Parts: sequence; structure tokens; C-alpha cells
Amino acid sequence: MRPAESSSTTPASPSRFDVVVVGGGVIGLSVAWRAAARGLSVAVVDPAPGSGASHAAAGMLAPVSEVTYTEEPLLGLGLTSLARWPAFAAELARESGQELDLRREGTLDVAFGADDLAALGELGAFMEKLGLPVERLTGRECRRLEPMLAPSVRGGLLAPDDAWVDPRRVTRALRRALAGRGVPVLRERAAEILVAGDTVTGVRLASSPGTTADVRPAFSGALDTAADARPSPDTAADVRPAPGPDTAARVVNAGCVVLAAGAWAGGLAGVPEGVLPPVRPVKGQIMRLRSAVPVLSRCVRGTVHGSPVYLVPRGDGELVVGATQEELGFDTRITAGGLWELLRDARELVPGVTELEVADVVAGLRPGTPDNLPLIGPTGLPGLHLATGHHRSGVLLAPLTADLVVDGLTGAADPGHPCSPSRFEDRA
Amino acid sequence: MADELIIAGEKFSSRLIMGTGGAPSLEVLDQALVASGTQLTTVAMRRLDPSSQGSVLEVLRRRGIEVLPNTAGCYTAGEAVLTARLAREALGTSWVKLEVISDERTLLPDPIETFDAAERLVADGFTVLPYIGDDPALARRLEQAGCAAVMPLGAPIGSGLGIRNPHNIELIVEAASVPVVLDAGIGTASDAALAMELGCDAVLLATAVTRAQRPDLMAAAMRGAVEAGRQARLAGRIPRRRYAEASSPRVP
Repeated sequence: MRPAESSSTTPASPSRFDVVVVGGGVIGLSVAWRAAARGLSVAVVDPAPGSGASHAAAGMLAPVSEVTYTEEPLLGLGLTSLARWPAFAAELARESGQELDLRREGTLDVAFGADDLAALGELGAFMEKLGLPVERLTGRECRRLEPMLAPSVRGGLLAPDDAWVDPRRVTRALRRALAGRGVPVLRERAAEILVAGDTVTGVRLASSPGTTADVRPAFSGALDTAADARPSPDTAADVRPAPGPDTAARVVNAGCVVLAAGAWAGGLAGVPEGVLPPVRPVKGQIMRLRSAVPVLSRCVRGTVHGSPVYLVPRGDGELVVGATQEELGFDTRITAGGLWELLRDARELVPGVTELEVADVVAGLRPGTPDNLPLIGPTGLPGLHLATGHHRSGVLLAPLTADLVVDGLTGAADPGHPCSPSRFEDRA
Repeated sequence: MADELIIAGEKFSSRLIMGTGGAPSLEVLDQALVASGTQLTTVAMRRLDPSSQGSVLEVLRRRGIEVLPNTAGCYTAGEAVLTARLAREALGTSWVKLEVISDERTLLPDPIETFDAAERLVADGFTVLPYIGDDPALARRLEQAGCAAVMPLGAPIGSGLGIRNPHNIELIVEAASVPVVLDAGIGTASDAALAMELGCDAVLLATAVTRAQRPDLMAAAMRGAVEAGRQARLAGRIPRRRYAEASSPRVP
């Protein structure tokens, strides 16, 4: 089942790829995997794959419980992608030999206090109007489902079709699968998109070879130094560029470039002004706790006196508590206030969290766009495709994004798609 | 002659001041701000890096809307003064909406810390617009301390409870010689119209628009309500009567 790693470290790198993907997070790796499955020759460039927003993300696949006024288009995308997750995960698990911890027990959204309950009631009415499957529960019913919930819970909404997955396992599995397919993941920083005439010809790599210690510059996609410094069990799956005329010039030639660099996608050199994706970093601080016995059996989110928090349980006893949303540029500092808010609200939901071990604290940068919808597909620069701007929904939208990008790479893009980058290109 | 709002010598033709918190996306916020017709909008300095790209500040700049930095999230005069100074440095404006809250649950303004901070900021050359409870005595004291406007609440921030004590708002308006801006508590258009009918010079609101099901439509409603309320105030309402008075002339 599992591809032999030794064979995957020496792929026959062509001198010119069909596609080079800039960014090795859940989006870039998914795109590369699906493109390779479609028979395209692919390379991925990222100094520290899987260490950016994907490393921080909780992995909620929760389009129903995350629905917001004015964001019906995002809901539609989320539902479509959620429906593709089971097959995507099954195929990825088979190909990589890795468990993804995909779970489908739904999300329970709970309220404390009359104000939060009233707001949840309104949200429930909005969901019902949209025809979404939700169940309204009393406080007692909530606690029957999740006995560790605080007794003060007043009521809840259960979105039974919501799911979740461990994003760190997903990126690890994707790298294994890519290795199995002989797709090189170059641990390098992309410095510039190369254009000849009006067509993309590849990517120039940063002058100094990327190392895990060298991930701060603009296109690393990497945030969490502690995690980056940790030797990854999958490092063997990634390769340095094979020596050759092209890599000596530190250039990866390709027919198409997919820009999947998350929050960093907005500033890559070589991309014309009107084509640069309008993404901005939206900081999220997130905490992982560990318990010997599972505390929850499904995702629980709640509003505590107007402040939102969620708890995501993993099969191995990990409990993810997230997440702040801060507009502070490329700032990944972990702050006292951020952690305090997370713990304060998590403790209101589940008083027992205070007994748990703190396993991990990370700040990641979500790639935000003006309309909260991602940018997916071909751009005004022939050969340049985007797969970024997924904000809070990168893990959820990965299967759909990969399919849409591959459609675009094979000339089957829908120019009228709500995620088409053309919606911003006219504004520049 | 144009009916302008004048704060510290600055003229605004719109009497609706917007806040930016709570919008689901920058695009929705942008559409709402345009629909509101606002010319002055508050931004929370503690939740923003002014130098970052694609932020709410960029939306305001693109729309030519003046930025009013606020000190939201501060619990002490010391924090508020520091935040105001950082804002002045970062944004190049000496205007500040002074907001010092007393507790998380109510977010009610702390009168003592607010007054303390106001005195220090005025002395430091700031144009200070303090957010306060609906307290006529405190409003007067802040005006005497040199504040450029006073911003009494209608109800707690984000509560949408409307104007809980219209009588106090009228008393504040009556005594004030600086503009009175009704700040916080607006739930829907009639609340904004009432604020203007009571004699407020402007209304500041955010949540009522940003968390509405259709923020742009609610913003347009608020714009109309503020204009209608202002016109009604200027026109002068008729006295209330216990019994009817025929509106058509009696036939002799």
C-alpha cells in the first residue's frame, strides 16, 4: 500500500514541468496531487511545506454551522467541497497509507445566556430558510450529546452533516502521495514568476537555497518556527532540485504556474499589478490541548457573551481550541490576550478544559480576500493560475479547489465561476 | 445654507458616523459604508496594523472617508492615552474617539477613567470625542475640560436596545455647546431618527448595520433615518395634544 520512500526521493525531474505550484500548504499540495493524477508533470515549491496556515488550522469541514449572513455563495462552495471530502480522503488515505482522522459526527453550536440563545435562534431560522439540515436542541439535549458541556448551556443547534479532519495529517499524507507519484516538493522559496512575452514560463527560486531556518521571507508560507525546526518524518518525501542546467540557474521551467502561497500570494514579484491577488493576512491564534480520554465526541462551537470559540476533538485525545481573528499584517506573535480569550471562552463551554495539558500553541495567517471568497483559476496573465484567498475555509475547500484548478489547467475553466480571479482584475 | 455638522472646525455634510466592527467581509463593509453616505468612520486601533495592506483603512482611503481612531478595548486611562498616541503617530490624525470601558459584560464606559484620559489627551493637543453614559453632568464636565464633542450612549454597545433614556439625551443636548453624537445602542432606523429628533447633532452606529442580514440596505435606511430625524428637528414638531384638532378648516 504505502509507496516506498526511497524510490520517491529520486524522481526523474523533467527540465520543464507542465505545472509548478508555488506553496505547499493543503491547497497547493492538493492541487499538485490532483494535477499529477490527471497525468500532468508537476513540481511544488515551498521552503517549509505544510507549515503555514494548514499547520495552524483546526480542520473544521463545517459549511453549515459557519454560515453567515451575506455569505450564501461561500456556503454553496463549502457544501460542494464537503460532499467531495469523503472520496478525496479515502483516495488519499489509500494512496499515502496514512490515516487522516476524517470524522463526520457533525457540529454542535451552543449558546449561553438569553442573548446568545436568541442570536442562535435567529441563526437557526436563517439556516432553515436556506434549507440546511439543522436540529434545534435544548440545553439538556445538548448535554446528553456532550456530557462535558457546562451545565449553563441554554440550547444548541446541531448540524449533523458537518465534519472535520486533521489538517496536519492531510498535508503529511499529500506529501507522501506526491512522493509516490514522483512529484518533487522543492524546499525552496519562489522569488519571482518568470514571464516571456505575455506568457508565464516558470519560477525563479530565491538565490540562497531554502532551508527550514530560512522561512521568514515573503513567500515561505511558513509561520511556526517551533514546528518548522522540528524534523519532519516526511522530509525524506521532499527533494532538493536535481542538479541540472535549469536548477543551476535556479529556475523551474513550467508551462503553468499555480500560485497557492496563501497570505503571501499578494506580493510575488513578476506578477503584473492587475493580476496580483488581493489577499491580506488574517491572523489566527489557536491552541492544542491533550487529554488521556476524549473530552468531546463532536465539534462544539459556541458564543460566550458574544465571543465565538470552537473545540475540535481528535482521535488521539487532542482538543483544538480556536481561534482569534486579527488584522495585524504579517504578525505571528502569540499574545497573552489571544490565549486568554481562547481559554476563557473554552472554559465557559467545557469547564474541564483547565485540566488538560497544553500541547501546542500556534499563530497562523489566513489569506483573506475582500469578499471572503477564494481566488481559483486562470488569471489575465496566460499560464498563471491562482489557488489562494481561502481565508477560514482552506481545508474545507481543498478538494473543490484542486478540481477547479485542474479544470483550469486543462482548459476547462468556467470564467463565470464565483471564485474566478477575473472579478478583481478589472478593479486594478 | 448647507446644514453641516461641524466638529472642531471640520465640516461634514453627513451626520451619520459609522463604525467598522462586525462586518462579515471587507466588501460587505465597503458597500455598507458607501450606502450610508458617511464621511467619518471609527476604526479600533488595538485590532489593526495601520501599515498592513488590504485592511479596512484602505477601504476608507479609497472611499475618501475620514478615519476616526478609537480606543476600544481599553480599561484604563493609561491604556487609552497610549493607544491614542499610537494612533496619532500611525495615522497622522490628532482626533480620537475616547472609549474606556468598565467591564466586559456591559461594555459601559468608565466615567472616571474616561474623564482622566480626556483631560490628559486635551492637554496633549488631541481633538477628543469621548464615549460616555447618558449622564448630563459628566457631559458638561467633559465639555468644560475641552472635548470637541460628547458621545452619550443610547444603550450598551451592540445591544440594539435603542435609546433607553431619551430624557437624559435631551438634557445633554440642551446644555451642550459642542456637538452631541448619539453613540451605541441603535438597533434600527427609527432609533437613529429619534436620536436626531431629540436634538443630537449626529449618530454613530456599527452593529445595527454590519450584523444586519443585508448590511447595505440597513446602511441606506440609517442614512435616510438620520436625515429625516434631522429635518424633523429643524422643522419643529407640533405640540402633543390630548384631544383631536381637525386639520381641515371648519365650514363657517
